[in-house]
Amino acid sequence: MPFSLWKRILIWGICLLAVIYALPNAFYPRVERHNDAIARIEKTGETPELAADRALWPNWAPSKIVNLGLDLRGGAHLLAEVQVADVYKARMNSLWPELRKGLTAERATVGGVRRVPAPDGELRVQIEKPDGLAKAMEVAQGLTSPVISLTGVGQRDYKIEGDGNTLSMTMSDAERAATDDRTIQQSLEIIRRRVDEVGTREPTIQREGTNRILIQVPGIGSAAELKGLIGTTAKLTFQPVVKRTSDGTELAGAGNVLLPSLEEPGVFYVLEDTPVVTGEDLVDARPEFDQSGQPSVGFRFDPSGARRFGDYTAENVGQLFAIVLDGKVISAPRINSAIPGGSGIITGHFTVESSTNLAVLLRAGALPAGMTFLEERTIGPELGQDSIDAGKLAATVGYVAVALFMIASYGFFGTLAVVALALNIAMIFAVLSLIGATLTLPGIAGIVLTMGMAVDANVLIYERIREELRRGNGPARAIEIGYEKAMSAITDSNMTALISTAILFFLGAGPVKGFAVTLTIGVITSVFSAVLVTRLLVTTWFAWRRPKTIVV
Amino acid sequence: MAWRLKLVPEKTNWDFFQWQTLTFGISVFAVVASIVITLVMGLNFGIDFKGGTTIRTESGQPIDLGAYRTALEGLKMGDVSITEVFDPSFGPDKHVAMVRIQEQAGQQALAPEDVQRVQTALQTVAPDVKFAAVETVGPKVSGELIRSAVLSVLAATVAICIYVWLRFEWQFSIGAVASLVHDVVVTIGIFALFQIKFDLTTIAALLTILGYSINDTVVVFDRLRENLMKYKTMPLRDVMNLSVNETLSRTLMTSLSTLIALGSLLIFGGDVIRSFVFAIFIGILLGTYSSIYVAKNVVLYLGVKRDWSKPGADKGGPKGTRFATGP
Repeated sequence: MPFSLWKRILIWGICLLAVIYALPNAFYPRVERHNDAIARIEKTGETPELAADRALWPNWAPSKIVNLGLDLRGGAHLLAEVQVADVYKARMNSLWPELRKGLTAERATVGGVRRVPAPDGELRVQIEKPDGLAKAMEVAQGLTSPVISLTGVGQRDYKIEGDGNTLSMTMSDAERAATDDRTIQQSLEIIRRRVDEVGTREPTIQREGTNRILIQVPGIGSAAELKGLIGTTAKLTFQPVVKRTSDGTELAGAGNVLLPSLEEPGVFYVLEDTPVVTGEDLVDARPEFDQSGQPSVGFRFDPSGARRFGDYTAENVGQLFAIVLDGKVISAPRINSAIPGGSGIITGHFTVESSTNLAVLLRAGALPAGMTFLEERTIGPELGQDSIDAGKLAATVGYVAVALFMIASYGFFGTLAVVALALNIAMIFAVLSLIGATLTLPGIAGIVLTMGMAVDANVLIYERIREELRRGNGPARAIEIGYEKAMSAITDSNMTALISTAILFFLGAGPVKGFAVTLTIGVITSVFSAVLVTRLLVTTWFAWRRPKTIVV
Repeated sequence: MAWRLKLVPEKTNWDFFQWQTLTFGISVFAVVASIVITLVMGLNFGIDFKGGTTIRTESGQPIDLGAYRTALEGLKMGDVSITEVFDPSFGPDKHVAMVRIQEQAGQQALAPEDVQRVQTALQTVAPDVKFAAVETVGPKVSGELIRSAVLSVLAATVAICIYVWLRFEWQFSIGAVASLVHDVVVTIGIFALFQIKFDLTTIAALLTILGYSINDTVVVFDRLRENLMKYKTMPLRDVMNLSVNETLSRTLMTSLSTLIALGSLLIFGGDVIRSFVFAIFIGILLGTYSSIYVAKNVVLYLGVKRDWSKPGADKGGPKGTRFATGP
């Protein structure tokens, strides 16, 4: 008897746990509603319907189930690249007033100061007196500070160079890296808030590589819808209007900017570049209807925004000011009187849907940078259901066929292998559920493939036992040698299988990763079930019946 | 003696080297032919590697490919291909087609308006047409996917090669790699020959084939190592034949049980993963063949150290981890 009592208890215990934890998956829709209901009750409080849903599955029972991938549930998948360089320009724009202030204080040495065009991420100024360059650089140096990051130790945030009468400040590599990282973090946070606002189940929003974001939202109808929600930067500004024009090539002049109108083609506005207030000053935005019953978006400023907005409108009664969203003028109303209360309404040619969307976007905040979409996939829920059905059928037929084959080939011992195989599948589902892995269609294929390959260990063992019996060994001895001698081959073949599945995992995007995960788990659990479980079954049977001869 | 399904007689003593020139010749020919076919005909890359958009359409009416094509030609979207998809699970009123549109200039992903335009155009032909799935991959991602796919297949091959070298001897390692290259190259050749869609899941299938094929090969090698220690004076060729004969039953049993499971997937698993399953299916057939006819032939050509019990060499006896020991 190769198993001590505690070993036997341990093996049976693991099998029992596997079955218990795999079981909720057999009642997938029920358990899912139960879990959803619990989550909703925690968030919004209990209602009779939610309580009824919760009662669908006992609270004491394990309720972890595998996540279904997008290809099985339906939904949208987007891979977005954040245009991190967008942020550099804004950084330089906000640095310029500081530098100007510093240099103006040293006017006696450096003379007049003028900003000249430069690539994004560089601030270039010309000073009147080239002799004052050293002083100017000193001033600029005073504006820099050390970068605090793991890789950029000792670097400062801006690099300062001087040449003749030109001074340039550029972001250092460490500062760029730190800025990029912040940009991505902010984008992630804002996308998460926007997706949560529309309240679909468990979206996946994660960073991929250095500047990419992967967004997967189950149950959403199309990628276009999702893109509408997260692809908009939603940078809202209120800017003073210099004039209205129909000439799109007009030079805006220093400190001004020319922007097109969103609604009226051919109309452009020259605006002051510095906004009075921005979307960051908002505390709330919601869809509303204006006096004429048109959909619109109501908003409220925070106290400092309200004060600035109130002061500005008080000083500029009769002037136009523009509401600008992502570089387009939504509307440019005239200021009829001071607006002190800090709340207002944006009217435009909105539909109910677009005003609701804009309100969501404004509440969640603006993205720090634009995004381009590199990959998008939408899978309809019906196709997902078809795939689940097909996968289930194929797995069932596969299991039965492999079982018949094993029993026909090895009789009673084949039956034991089939029992172990069933336990193996339970173990795969239990592990998938416990680690919260995602099951995809290739993942189902991985499970079916595991069924075929898991019996390999049993085949190796049984063939070996047959050989030992032919050599004239007694049944007990043959079984023992069979298991022991087959282990070398079993170890080697499973190790090499693990090597290739590990590489699959690192290669894998989405569905392929799901395949790698189930195959890896399947390889590991199959060693347990095909070697330990069958051996325990065989030895228990042997100790019980004490047969004089065995036929494998 | 109870009845048992036997794939091969209990004790075989077949000479697997009898036609070694022929079998090895066939293998070499298959590899060379596959490379030539792949180079000449090219692979039918899916959007993962080529970029572009695929749309899966569903309609209650039979699909008239000509009408679909005419409807889409008006959109001026460049290269558009349409293929009908068949599957036994579709009812009589379910007709599925795959529309594939090339990358649109200057765009990473197909704009939502373009998807809408395609749908409107197809609705003129089949009013009830629905898009069951829309997938777009931009040129940036597809380029990266090709690179990581090639790298991963190479990395897997090298990693397996190193493992076999550590566990056995370098000659075995070369033999194993030769059989892996054989399986992967011929599978790719078959995909090129029949112009089956080759995408990321096909790479996943190739990696699975690598894992499976080496599995088969290693079992034969393991037995070979054992027999080399046992029969120190028997000619290498005979030891090999003996090892293959001894493991033949197991090799065929395992291949067949895997093929049975895969066959079920191939028939019932739906059309979405058919090309993926097909690749693995072919690979396993090839893997079984190559572990019998390719891997050990290479080892025979290279020769192998006979005395495994020498100090510093393998300690002898199966090295597998012992999960349990008897009292």
